[in-house]
Amino acid sequence: MKTIKIALVGQPNVGKSHLINAFGHTRLKVGNFSGVTVEKKTIRFTRDKYNFEVTDLPGSYSLTDYTIEERVTKNFLDDGDYDLILNVVDSTNIERNLYLTMELLALDKKVVVALNMQDEAFNEGVIIDDKQLSKLLGIRCVPTSALKKTGIDGLMDAITQTFDTAKKTCHLQYSDPYEEEIVKITSFFTEKNYQTDIDLKTLAIKLLREDTQIYKKFRDEAIWTELQPLLNESYEHLYIHYKTKDLDGIYHDEKNALAKGAVKESVKFDHAKETGLTDKIDMVLTNQYAGLPIFLFLMWGLFQITFEWGSIPMDWIDAFFGAMIDGTKSFLGDTELASVIADGAIAGVGAVILFLPNIIILFTGIALLEATGYMSRAAFLLDGFFHRFGLHGKSFVPLVSGFGCSVPAYMAARVLKNDRDRLLTLYITGFMSCGAKLPVYVLIIGAFAAPEHAGNILFGVYIFGAFLGLVAAKALKMTAFRGDDEPFVMEMPKYRLPTFGMVYHAVSQKALMYLKKAGTFILAASVLIWFASNYPKYPEMVAEFETKIEQVSGDEEKVRALNNELSLYNLENSYLGQVGHASQPFFEPLGFDWRMAVALETGLAAKEVVVATMGVLYGLGDEEDEESSSLAEKLRANVTLPSAIAFIIFAMIYFPCLAASMVFRREAGGWKHWIYLFIFTTAAAWVLAFIAFTIASALFS
Amino acid sequence: MTLNSLQKGKSATITTITAEKELKNRFNSFGVVKGATVHVEQYTLAKQTMEIRINKTRMALRVSEAEKVEISQ
Repeated sequence: MKTIKIALVGQPNVGKSHLINAFGHTRLKVGNFSGVTVEKKTIRFTRDKYNFEVTDLPGSYSLTDYTIEERVTKNFLDDGDYDLILNVVDSTNIERNLYLTMELLALDKKVVVALNMQDEAFNEGVIIDDKQLSKLLGIRCVPTSALKKTGIDGLMDAITQTFDTAKKTCHLQYSDPYEEEIVKITSFFTEKNYQTDIDLKTLAIKLLREDTQIYKKFRDEAIWTELQPLLNESYEHLYIHYKTKDLDGIYHDEKNALAKGAVKESVKFDHAKETGLTDKIDMVLTNQYAGLPIFLFLMWGLFQITFEWGSIPMDWIDAFFGAMIDGTKSFLGDTELASVIADGAIAGVGAVILFLPNIIILFTGIALLEATGYMSRAAFLLDGFFHRFGLHGKSFVPLVSGFGCSVPAYMAARVLKNDRDRLLTLYITGFMSCGAKLPVYVLIIGAFAAPEHAGNILFGVYIFGAFLGLVAAKALKMTAFRGDDEPFVMEMPKYRLPTFGMVYHAVSQKALMYLKKAGTFILAASVLIWFASNYPKYPEMVAEFETKIEQVSGDEEKVRALNNELSLYNLENSYLGQVGHASQPFFEPLGFDWRMAVALETGLAAKEVVVATMGVLYGLGDEEDEESSSLAEKLRANVTLPSAIAFIIFAMIYFPCLAASMVFRREAGGWKHWIYLFIFTTAAAWVLAFIAFTIASALFS
Repeated sequence: MTLNSLQKGKSATITTITAEKELKNRFNSFGVVKGATVHVEQYTLAKQTMEIRINKTRMALRVSEAEKVEISQ
């Protein structure tokens, strides 16, 4: 059976993923393109005695290499292993889509065009004569509707027939002056009997566009000495004729003129049928005055749903794994094995699955925002504000999500298509205080502030964190991410009703990716941290305490105190405790004692642990929570106000929890960034905490 | 005059694009090319971003980018 390898190419929002779904029963493999964090989807299926292998390339408006997505698409089309290009086109916006088609046709590959969204185009009065268009372009153009699943058989026939016929040479006829120069170059190659597997016309166009890749190739060849004067002459002709020296621009003008011509000869527009629905919706949603309040309300709603509704299944998951841990321990007895399975592995798996409800709800929301077309509107409304800090309009999605939990927030940064915008946003997402930091703030503020001010101070802490994040973005933009601004120019797609299938696919892929990739790391690291906080063991101390406990048996108060003392001893002398002691000089200038240092270090596992650790370290056992008045009293007695303030600042900024940092590592694209983030957050946290400590010490002494 | 000085609801024809290569390329793929008719749909409140339409494509761009598009009414 023959295998047809297809490169699926199209501009964004043309319904490529829809079309894949319409192919019927397919096997999907999601991976990454080598070396970059761009999703690579490969779809396999069998139909009419052919095996199909479709590589879904990232949506690109044209074949340039400014963003990673565009680069991936361009490189794959130039060097990838495929038999033909399936170009999906939005029929309702045919002319602009054909710009890309014209570039694809210049590649000298077999091309089939799917004139998608046929139903929508018909309703809007866009009537495409596909036979005429096929004739004009010299390739098969098949009307389809991925949504209504029509035209799929015809498309498959066109693909297999195109695959089976011999390759056609480039059919495009540029304007006379341009063709003239092309012919000059191709006939020169023919005269010289130049051997190449690239089509000569394709080669000539690349030379006329000053394509760097082609130049590099030719520079080492003998033919270059003769070719160069010929090219210079051609350039001169073009400069004179087009009154510009922008060769790439000349090519684009040529290409766009071809698209315009093809549309003129094969498409009829019935303007009476235009609905203008998008106009009407936009009058409200992007309105100068109403736009922002509506956006804020929608965001508030998404945030509420994600973290309020999400907390319900999270409680179940928490309870389930809690019960499993207890069950394992009672089944296996109080042994080391039981502890490593229960407190290490099961707790680790629980920590991974715990975030799943958040991720699913938030990504359903994001998928809806993207599928309806609202995402671009929101970016449009916010870009003015965010741009001042060097961020992109779409940065709001990860940043707002960051207030709930950094794990989905880092994943949400994928809405940013540009590499640099995305990285910058990833680096500052941690400044948005996540939900797990709340207990830390509540505990410290509760211990030191008057109850009537506590709420305002807490709110201030959150706002201050966000403000620091924006300042940090500006600072990073001026240093590590220096460079020209990426163009913002962004399509505002038509409003469309999202379909269940589309949302389901987007969300299930994100959830699976999280479980597979982040899950394994989080699990491994949880076991490691469990080990560091439980080892080495001190059997003599345990025995000593057991005799003491026996001696006071009956006096529950004293038994409890002794048990606390033992867990304090164990934690203080565990590897983690040793690290805490060792790192004390580092924290000394901030006014932290070794207990605060250890609490922050256990917080690297999960911020929820900070308060529980302080409970243990201040000799109250591990049952303490942020509402505990006795822990607050202990804190007041042991910690000064300036170090408490410094502690809040440090906890606000320092390295995110394990789960989040692992997701960050994946989204940013490697350990290098993980290490940078560690250095960046630790340095920022330390310096700001030090400043706060110094100022507060001066004020309150 | 440049595109950023065109009022909301007005149309004009693009005469030249003075943007650097990267932005020009982006403009090109959206149909922001010499001779195209551009229509201004909306400005944001702070007048830093604007929404325009060319044929059937709506797009958002920064005012600083619109400065690089020369038009005549």
